[in-house]
Amino acid sequence: MTTLVAADVVTKQFGAFTAVTDVSLSVAPGEIVGLLGSNGAGKTTLLRMLLGLEAATSGHVEVFGEAPADADRHALGYVPQGLGLSQALSVRQNVEFVAATFSARSVPDLPPALAAVADEPVGRIGLGRQRQLAFHCALLHSPRLLVLDEPTSGVDPLARARLWDTIHAQADAGTGVLVTTHYMQEAEQCDRLVIMSRGRAVARGTVEDITASTRTAVVHAEDWAAAFAALDDAGLPVVLTGRTSRAAGTEPDVVRRVLEEAAVPAEVTEQPATLEETMVLIEQEARAGGHR
Amino acid sequence: MAGVRDLTVELGGTTALAGISVEVPPGEVTALVGGDGAGKTTLLRAMLGRVAASRGTVDVPPAARIGYEPSTSGVWPTLTVQENVEFVGAAYGMSDGAVRSRADELLTTAGIADARTRLGRDLSGGMRQKLGFCLAMLHSPDLLLLDEPSTGVDPVSRIELWRLVTAAAQGGAAVLMTTTYLDEAERAATVVALQDGEVLAAGDPATVVDAVPGTVSVSDSPPGDGRTWRRGRTFHTWTPADGEVPGRAVTPDLEDSLVALTLARTEETR
Repeated sequence: MTTLVAADVVTKQFGAFTAVTDVSLSVAPGEIVGLLGSNGAGKTTLLRMLLGLEAATSGHVEVFGEAPADADRHALGYVPQGLGLSQALSVRQNVEFVAATFSARSVPDLPPALAAVADEPVGRIGLGRQRQLAFHCALLHSPRLLVLDEPTSGVDPLARARLWDTIHAQADAGTGVLVTTHYMQEAEQCDRLVIMSRGRAVARGTVEDITASTRTAVVHAEDWAAAFAALDDAGLPVVLTGRTSRAAGTEPDVVRRVLEEAAVPAEVTEQPATLEETMVLIEQEARAGGHR
Repeated sequence: MAGVRDLTVELGGTTALAGISVEVPPGEVTALVGGDGAGKTTLLRAMLGRVAASRGTVDVPPAARIGYEPSTSGVWPTLTVQENVEFVGAAYGMSDGAVRSRADELLTTAGIADARTRLGRDLSGGMRQKLGFCLAMLHSPDLLLLDEPSTGVDPVSRIELWRLVTAAAQGGAAVLMTTTYLDEAERAATVVALQDGEVLAAGDPATVVDAVPGTVSVSDSPPGDGRTWRRGRTFHTWTPADGEVPGRAVTPDLEDSLVALTLARTEETR
């Protein structure tokens, strides 16, 4: 089997509202796929169809080669944003509960940070460790597909790095991973991305593919506050980064002209756009009616 | 200048903040970063006078000159956008006329003026946080304290929110904003990274990156010594000052810098 999960031109309607329109997406073994998009773009509805919690109105969904409702749930690991842990149970009891549910044959040892609090109720161990525990539980039964919803929100950079080490190790061992995130640095951890807007997949590929055609005008000025104010007043999509103004998708000449008119001396250069800047432009295009 | 000096806060027998000093200059955005439990919210609450300092000093303007957006946004779910504004304006003792003109200006800039009749609970996450920001800014405060205004907010709304925050700073307010998104923190004038109630690093983002001891390097295979972490298909490694550097040395971004500083600190205290 070449794909673990595949959605083929899937549409989901709730009454008159179309939450997902003609979206295709697949995850192969060993691959980390990121699903990005604004709140309300349809990511959660798509995930729920892949998990068999919603039926597609049209199109075809397969998980491990079967309809989602028939697919082997034992082969699926899911870490929801809310983590799905039992707060009143201890760390050890949570692990035992999940192991029993999945009839896991061998239960791996707790990592040291969790072993130290094995008998504490989960509600008292702090969110970083709770997240680590949710991962540990999702991996107990050696899933072939791992679905992660905002996997590292609220953890410090080292803890986030360690969680991603775990995700990469799973992928290296052949597990397919599907991740939703709003964090662009996390998106850059993925092998490829699918960006949704207003129910449609509007861009896909590696970060380099997606950002390749987008440039940003970058403004360095002695009076950086005046430069920012002039560009903002002119209605340009300008964002202040430290003391530098950045206008994504805007021609440097347009920026130069505005600054000349406002009599603000500045140096304007062009740089590749960041993933975040590209996403904002994609979303604006989608809102304006066109899409890539 | 607003800020805290040598501030220690103890909560229920544990040290939430351990003698930290943080300055919040006017006209700038100071980003406060760290994981859950690092002490970010405690610092804001100490500046609001809602938790007592065990030691140290807190310098802030009078309460009426402070604007605060809690992590839950502070929006009343059963009131409309307009009613939220009127209610908060009345609480600040603003005249009806002042509330009206200020609300017009803020809601229009925030792009939510068309949503005046919608209930707080019916707003999307991004709109709710933008309204929360407007409520905190309603009385034109000198010090603006924002607790994770962008957490869970999508990138597009986050950029819009950032534009509002920088505009407030440009208007002269001192802004202290907590965030878990380091790419957002990287846009601020100053970053303060908290860990376990202590300041891990502080300064403009470039200064924080410069403060990393030793070297961060990139390689295609893992050197495997516990100081390596993954970024996509590559391996990033922190090596202390006298060590042998695997792969190619790079200038780390803020994310890598904080990972490296945390590793360095862990080894020091071991």
